[in-house]
Parts: sequence; C-alpha cells; structure tokens
Amino acid sequence: MVPPAVQFENVGIRYGMGPEVLRDLSFSIPPNSFQFLTGPSGAGKTTLLRLILLSIKPTRGLISVFGKDVSRISNDELTDVRRKMGVVFQEFRLLDHLTTYENVSLPLRVQGKDEASYRNEVVELLHWVGLGDRMHVLPPVLSGGEKQRAAIARALIVRPAMLLADEPTGNVDPSLARRLLRLFVELNRQGTSIVIATHDLGLMDLVDARRLVLGDGYLHIDG
Amino acid sequence: MNFRRSRYRNTTTTDEGNPKKDKRPDWEKPIGPALGRGAPLVPVDSAGSRALMAVIAIMTFLAALCAGGAQIVASNSSEWRAAVSREVTIQVRPAPQRDIDADVQIATNLAAQYPGIKKAQAFTKEESERLLEPWLGTGLDFNDLPIPRLIVLELAGGAPPDFTNLRQQLQEQIPGTTLDDHALWMSRLSTMANTVIGVGIMLVVLVLGAVGLAVAFATRGTMAGNREVVEVLHLVGANDDFIAREFQRRFFKMSLKGSAMGAVAAIVMVLCFSLLSSIWRASATGEQLEALFGSFDFGWQGILAIIIVALIVSGITAVVSRATVRHFLTASN
Repeated sequence: MVPPAVQFENVGIRYGMGPEVLRDLSFSIPPNSFQFLTGPSGAGKTTLLRLILLSIKPTRGLISVFGKDVSRISNDELTDVRRKMGVVFQEFRLLDHLTTYENVSLPLRVQGKDEASYRNEVVELLHWVGLGDRMHVLPPVLSGGEKQRAAIARALIVRPAMLLADEPTGNVDPSLARRLLRLFVELNRQGTSIVIATHDLGLMDLVDARRLVLGDGYLHIDG
Repeated sequence: MNFRRSRYRNTTTTDEGNPKKDKRPDWEKPIGPALGRGAPLVPVDSAGSRALMAVIAIMTFLAALCAGGAQIVASNSSEWRAAVSREVTIQVRPAPQRDIDADVQIATNLAAQYPGIKKAQAFTKEESERLLEPWLGTGLDFNDLPIPRLIVLELAGGAPPDFTNLRQQLQEQIPGTTLDDHALWMSRLSTMANTVIGVGIMLVVLVLGAVGLAVAFATRGTMAGNREVVEVLHLVGANDDFIAREFQRRFFKMSLKGSAMGAVAAIVMVLCFSLLSSIWRASATGEQLEALFGSFDFGWQGILAIIIVALIVSGITAVVSRATVRHFLTASN
C-alpha cells in the first residue's frame, strides 16, 4: 500500500510561549491528489506549508512525509524528502545574486547535475512561463509577477512528487493565473500531489478539488 | 512533465525552407553554452572578502618570513656544524726549555698517523701571528709573546677518531698540549640554532592558528549574513555537505589569492635582502657579519618553504571554513 504523501496526527504548533497557532491537525494528503489550502489571512496557511516542508518542527503530534516520521528523520532523508517537493513561496525567495536562469536551475544544480543536462529544459520552461527574455536578469530587476513565475518555474523544474504553492497566483494577471492553474492540474494528472494555499475563491472555483480550510487554528476539510 | 510537448505550448512550427530567417520559437533555437555563469551560490560580500583576503595576505607574509628565517638559520647552522665537525684543532703552547717547532712537528706527525685523521696541517709562526693581527694590530714584535701554535686536523669520513686516546698521547709526549674537538662550541651552537628554528616554527604555527581563527569568525559572519540563502538552498534540496562545499570553495579561492599575494611579497622581500647582502658582502662589515651570522643564502629551499606556507594557509582556510559551516548547520538543525 502506498503511504500518503503527508500524514498529520494531532499536530499542534506554538511559537515560543504563545498560544497554539495550529491545533489538533489530523489529515492526510494522498499521493496524486489536488487540494487547496484556504482560510483568512493569518489563519496559519504558511505555517502549515512550512510544517509539511519540514522547515519548522511541530510542538506536538506526529507528521510523516512520504512515509518518513519527521521526528526521526536523518539529514540525508530530509534532503531526499525535500528533493521530492517543489515549493513556491509567497515572498518568492529568489536569490538576488543569481540570474533568473540560475535561480530556476538551482534545485538541479544543488543535486550536482551537469548544466548541459538541464540547460534546454530550464530554458524551455522559462520560455513557457514567459521569462524567455528575462533569463539573464537578476531578480531585483524583475516585476512581482515575473518573480512569481520564476519561483513557480524553480518549483516545477525538478518534476516534484508534491508541489506546495503559497499564493502562487497572487501577483499575476487572471489570464496567467488560469494558465498556471492549468499547469498545476496537468502536473497533478501526471502524478504530482498539489497543495495550493490561496484565499482566491475565484481560482478555487475553477477546479473541483478538496479544500483544507483553516480557521481559529483548526482545520476542517471540504470535499 | 515534458514542456516541449506540453499542450500549453503556443506553436511548434519551423520554417526550414527559409535559411535566412529562423522562424522557430525562441526555445527551439540553439542555446548558447554559457547560460550559467558558475556564480557562487553564496553571495560575495566584497568589502568583507577584501578585508579577509588582506588579513590572509599579511598573515601569510609573516608566516613565510618566519619560515624563511628559520630555514636560513637551519641551513647556515648545518653548514657551520658540518664545517666544524670536520675539523679538530691541536694547540701547542710554548714552554720553557722546549723547542716549540719540534713540538709542533711531533704533534703533527702523531696526529697525521692517527687512525681517522685525513690530514694534519700546522700553522707556521707567521700564520699564527697573522691570526692575532685583527686584535693586536700590525707592526708588533711577536717574538716576546708566548704565542701558541695551532695544528688543524682534517678528519676522514666515517666514525670519529678516539679523541680521548689522542689527547692522552699528545699530553704524554708534549705536556701542555690541548686538543679541541669543538664539542662544547658545537653544542652551544646547536642549542642556539635549534632555539632560533624552534621559535621560528612556533611563530609560524601561531600565525597559522590566527589565520584559522580569522577564517572561522569570517565564516560564521558570512553564514549569519546569508541565513536566508542557506535556508533556500536547504529547501530546494541542498544537503549540508553541498552548502559546506560552497562556502569552502569561496573561502579557498579567496585564501589562494590572499596567500599568493603574501607569498609573492615575502619572496620579493627576501630577494631584495639577498641582493643587498651580496652588495654588502664585498665590504669589510659584510664579511664580519657573514662570519658571525652566516650568509643570507635563501636558495630554492627558502622559496619552497614560502610556497608551502602559502599552500598550508589556503588549506587551513578551506578546512576551517568547511568545518565551521558544518558545525553551524548542525547546531542550527
């Protein structure tokens, strides 16, 4: 039996001595599934994505990602898990000293792959997201929408088993937003689990998918 | 997912019939070989890097001078010891009712036939007097002075002769004769030379230690300043070793430049000293200085010592930066 891509059991997290920002989260993300993560601003969507991404640790509960219990995961396993994930950050997190091309190819470069083996693919993806003529440009010169597309391209370039996207269409026009959404759906059809954090109801209405709704620190699932 | 066959593609048409105009979409045109600049993943803080490079250059310069100085002392002391240990001196003192020339001849013959001694060369009266001229001046009548006569023995190779027995035989045949095998002087010389060499090596080690500490602090500063970059690298799948290698590469390159500058400066300086020393050597002062301290003969061993020091500095930088990054990442995990 294939384990869920992500499994949460009674997970809670608090920052410092403050109250729990997320409480008793129990859900799973099956392989090859598509879901939206939604809720009002400040509900904890980004925190939940960071928990899935293993960039923060829960204060209680059990999280397993790709069948690995994250509380017992070794550094090597952690790297393997992250290489199976593509992530689009809300604030993009592009490296300002690298060109768009270098940013997008970064996940392949850190895996030690030879540039010749991925150059064509990166260029093609950059053209597809409309950054073909911006590949030699440093991120500070890019507009918000261009940065977002570069961040999305960086997440997609590794053909991840799971894509986590935090407000991936927040800075692009509706037309490109729909194209990107279609791309996510296409990726999902090819076997990638997709989690899109958004509060754009119009975007969510375009795809019939499960909705993980965060509110007051709790999660409930629609669909 | 294959973006080349993606249904989101706008067009796939090509115009192979028109060689002048390539109407293929941009992504199907040949791609230049150098899209990636091989830019370091860790951003370079130029001011901090220059400061660290300057520190490394200065440290390398100092360490190289210490190493070069120690090498010169080692080389000269080795020459002194070799020269001194090849020679032994017999001193025949004038005594009442004895013919000193006959005594010198007896001692010379005895020593020349003694096993392990290659040659015995007696200084004539005139030669002995000439040895005193630098202290007593010229134009004096030395006939009234009881000037001892020296016999220089050149040793054959192999095991040293039995000096105790030779000394005893000389004493029996010519009372008041002494045999000086320079053992005491050599022991003091060796102690002095070894002390100077030890101090030189200790200074080199201290300077290298200071380089290590400077690099460790600089690496920690760079890590702290690039926390965001490190986190992004982790999140896109870089492991700790990859990140440590990136930092190591950056610091190693910087250190190579700094240590090369320091080494070149040190080599230029010693070559200048060599040149000046060869000019001074022609003067009387230079001769005396050379007699006292040995020649300023740097040679290829000295250059090699400086290059080795520069390489060690770069190696220390690479190892320390990598270890610091690994420690930092482990602690932050």
